[in-house]
Amino acid sequence: MLKQALSSRWLWPAVVILGLLLILPPLAPRFYVYTLALIFVTALLTMSLNLVVGYGGLYQFHHGVFYGVGAYTVALMLTKTDLPMWVGFIAGPIMAAFMGLIIGGICVRLTRLYFAMLQISLGSLIWAIVFRWYNFTGGDDGIHGIPKPSILSSLTGSYYFILLVLVACLMVMYLIVRSPFGSTLQAARDNPQRCEAVGVNVRRHQLVAIVIATFFAGVAGVLFVVLERSVFPDLLFWILSLEIFIMCLLGGWFTFTGPMLGAAIMVALRTFVGRYTEYWTLILGGDIDPVDLLPAAGGDGLYPGKVATPGQGSWW
Amino acid sequence: MLQVEAVEKSFGDFKAVDGANLRVGKGEVVAVIGPNGAGKTTLFNLITGQLRPDRGRIIFKGEDISRLPPYQICRKGIARSFQIVDVFPRLTVFENVRVAVLSQQRKSYRLFSPAQSMAVAETKEILESVGLSDKAGEIASSLSHGDQKILEIAIALGGQPELLILDEPTAGMSPEETSATMELIRRLATMRGLTILFCEHDMEVVFSIAQSIMVMHQGRTLIQGKPEEVRRNREVQEAYLGGE
Repeated sequence: MLKQALSSRWLWPAVVILGLLLILPPLAPRFYVYTLALIFVTALLTMSLNLVVGYGGLYQFHHGVFYGVGAYTVALMLTKTDLPMWVGFIAGPIMAAFMGLIIGGICVRLTRLYFAMLQISLGSLIWAIVFRWYNFTGGDDGIHGIPKPSILSSLTGSYYFILLVLVACLMVMYLIVRSPFGSTLQAARDNPQRCEAVGVNVRRHQLVAIVIATFFAGVAGVLFVVLERSVFPDLLFWILSLEIFIMCLLGGWFTFTGPMLGAAIMVALRTFVGRYTEYWTLILGGDIDPVDLLPAAGGDGLYPGKVATPGQGSWW
Repeated sequence: MLQVEAVEKSFGDFKAVDGANLRVGKGEVVAVIGPNGAGKTTLFNLITGQLRPDRGRIIFKGEDISRLPPYQICRKGIARSFQIVDVFPRLTVFENVRVAVLSQQRKSYRLFSPAQSMAVAETKEILESVGLSDKAGEIASSLSHGDQKILEIAIALGGQPELLILDEPTAGMSPEETSATMELIRRLATMRGLTILFCEHDMEVVFSIAQSIMVMHQGRTLIQGKPEEVRRNREVQEAYLGGE
């Protein structure tokens, strides 16, 4: 595995990019460092979504909920309990994965669009609870000024922590995608009926994929708190879920790193074009239409150097 | 080994299978024949769990399997191919078969070890035995129709079945491909000791390799017997062979 990774043609570009990202904080303005850190958080969230959407073929339309659950869990534990901070950091992803298990367990009984609809409904239910439960979650005010460990108190500290966690998570995800589980999941995406006929319990594999993906979404939620020190109900709102879904499509959902690229493009567009016009999504739309709707591009997105698999982006 | 007893299945008002009976003994090659719409594919779907029977029992090695989901039936030792090509189009030929082998070896939940080095020998052996070794690296959807049908059989073999069910294995094949496929099936039966149940329209094929033939007509079993008996049976001749 290691040998294979070392001989990959992506190794040197990855090392160079990582090196640049490591030396950047002292050199670049704070705002750019912050924007990059936000891109890392969003990239992890998008990559986690792609585990279920790209590799699992499940239309998890409301993935943002698990991001929010992770963020709120750590926020509540740091503000309302005296437990050590690392407990909260670990509890975030675990709580997200637990919600993933419950919601996913209900949804995998359905397929395709029905799965998507039920997933949106159940996710919106969580959002409504967080939005309404003033005493506990702060309602639409959210929670602000969340304490952080001193090592993460500076922006640079947070930046390096987020980058480190992102790289670690990507490596684990890469392992999973290349594992027997990963290849079985992809087979179940392409042809669930055939998979059942060769002895694969398709639903259970899909559920495991959802739990893994929601765990990583929870990690992203924790990283968001590390960066922003606040949480608010918009983290669980369906619009955010839709945005990360678009990022997956934009970057190419049949590729491993594509969704990260999509996240970087969208966050950058919102940040830099958003300063000039609130209609920054127009540029995004102009971008996506040719990339994803033309049959020739079909599902491979913007990704440079298409993967060997022919894209068959049939949607429903 | 396999016994189907008075199985029925309706879709709305239409009785697709209306009293089917079938016996398959260990090591036998059994064919199911019948005109289009006789219920052959439905019967196979009932046996392998894609559908559940309304009535009747399906017994495999002494156990009633008629209520089990497909993946559990597969683990009991029944594997099948499909009439309409049904492979994993985006995966390579090798990966197609490996999915089945990994599942059979109960390795499909392993998360952190690379799949690349797993189940390689078993998969290669299967590809070798069906003659697809030289196409192992190709994407399944790029194969010719005939090769995809063979790949179907290879995927089924990945489950190390005792009973192999083939739904029209030679449908859409050229005469040369057909005879090569029949030769393959014969070899699998003798070399691997597989029990094989298949359905087929080509009568020449059926009568040349089946040891027992079951005739279906309008969802019912007319007769099951040795090829000579079936050929002589008057009811069969009237219903199916067109009364010689």
